[in-house]
Amino acid sequence: MASVLFDNPGPKAIIRHRILAVVTVLVVGALVAFVVLRLAESGQFSAEKWQLFTFPLVHQRILSALVSTLTAFGIAAVLSLILGFVLAIGRLSSRRWISYPCLLFTELFRAIPVLILMMIVYYGLPPLGVTWVTPLVAVVTGLTLYNGSVFAEIFRAGVQSLPHGQAEAAYALGMSKGQVMRSILLPQAFRAMLPITLSQLVVVLKDTALGFIVTFQELLFLAKFYGGQLDYGSPIIPSTIVTGAIYIALCLLLAGIAKIVEIRTRADFVPRSRRKGPTAPPAAEVTTGSAGA
Amino acid sequence: MDTLLGNLDIFVTGFRNTLLLFVVSGVVALVLGTIVGAMRVSPVPVMRAFGTLYVNFVRNTPLTLIMFFFAFGYPKLGLPTIGYLNLAMIALSLYTATYVAEALRSGINTVPVGQAEAARAIGLTFGQSMSLVVLPQAFRAVVPPMMNVFIALLKNTTVAAGFSVAEAGTIRANLSERGEPALVVLLWVAAIFVVLVMILSFAQRRLENHWKVA
Repeated sequence: MASVLFDNPGPKAIIRHRILAVVTVLVVGALVAFVVLRLAESGQFSAEKWQLFTFPLVHQRILSALVSTLTAFGIAAVLSLILGFVLAIGRLSSRRWISYPCLLFTELFRAIPVLILMMIVYYGLPPLGVTWVTPLVAVVTGLTLYNGSVFAEIFRAGVQSLPHGQAEAAYALGMSKGQVMRSILLPQAFRAMLPITLSQLVVVLKDTALGFIVTFQELLFLAKFYGGQLDYGSPIIPSTIVTGAIYIALCLLLAGIAKIVEIRTRADFVPRSRRKGPTAPPAAEVTTGSAGA
Repeated sequence: MDTLLGNLDIFVTGFRNTLLLFVVSGVVALVLGTIVGAMRVSPVPVMRAFGTLYVNFVRNTPLTLIMFFFAFGYPKLGLPTIGYLNLAMIALSLYTATYVAEALRSGINTVPVGQAEAARAIGLTFGQSMSLVVLPQAFRAVVPPMMNVFIALLKNTTVAAGFSVAEAGTIRANLSERGEPALVVLLWVAAIFVVLVMILSFAQRRLENHWKVA
């Protein structure tokens, strides 16, 4: 495989690569062995610490905690997509008094940490006489304000990345602004921004875990609760492993869907049934790296 | 304004720890991320596999969970005790390193293959073609996403507030003992974050313009 950095290796390079491979395996193996040994020596794999997770009642509670995590995710995802759409349309407006406030809103809420947003709702509002603030409300509000602003940027960039000629041709045909947006720009932009929208949804899912800090009773909250059970030897590490596995599985699932969608929405994508011969399509360079949030 | 000025001591300690977390984790993440990023573009399949495994695993784990593990799980391992601040730094570094690695990798991927091929064709060695041709071009493409990674890191430091680290996220808890209104305190914290992020975005734009291809 010749990439930007390397030519196809010759005999010397192949030997060098083999040595490097062995060294890597040894170093990584040593690190993993150290962690596993540490876990084993401090008794984290003992049956006592894992016994708790064999009870059906515990399974049920994990399941219901999972449901509350997914509830927060679902509500926040839908609301932030709506908010993002509204803000993006606002920013694309040619009227200054609409586009400026929308710009200010997105820039502001992208700069404030999600956790601080959640705290503002959870600790800041009740003293003012707001009674309907539950941890769920705080989590959903924080996630929606932040991710809504991020989605607004994604959608706006998606629409603005289209060639100018598209809108110009539509105006030339006599379409109104609304018609141009609805029937020309949005359908095309939708395809371009679908993959990055999905990978931002992974961020929403991950950030529901912040709810733990504002006492939202989700997976991590339960992990802490079971981790403190003295009767079962305070299995905090086993419960972290269980919770971690659930989160990673969910996020990988969502990220996998995002990846599939990204490949399928490429302009040069050819369905397998119609692929012929060895003429592999050149891999389009799609860089949809969403920076960490 | 009184809330801020009257409790400047707590605000200053809080944000000092936040910046400490930010700088230390940022440097460690940069080093670790560069190693992982190099592994992900290396010609050795095993290195690529380990790099990919690390990035995919850690990126798909919530930062809160990683901190949770270090804050509550680490002390049970019987290893030398290190403070919560250091544990939070480890968690932030491990998490941010994956984003650094990805920013580097996608930056290198933006350099057209022809560039390196041409460099080899005129007889440059590997070191020369890297340092004179590939990396200078990749660097420009890396700066904006890398600054986004650091802006995200700055905001992510607040997560440590949930795990016994006295920083910007815990200012509210400290000041509620002094009877300050939570909303005002939190709005001040948010405002300071907005200013800090604005400074970083400004630096990002300056760097971007500075290294832009004319």
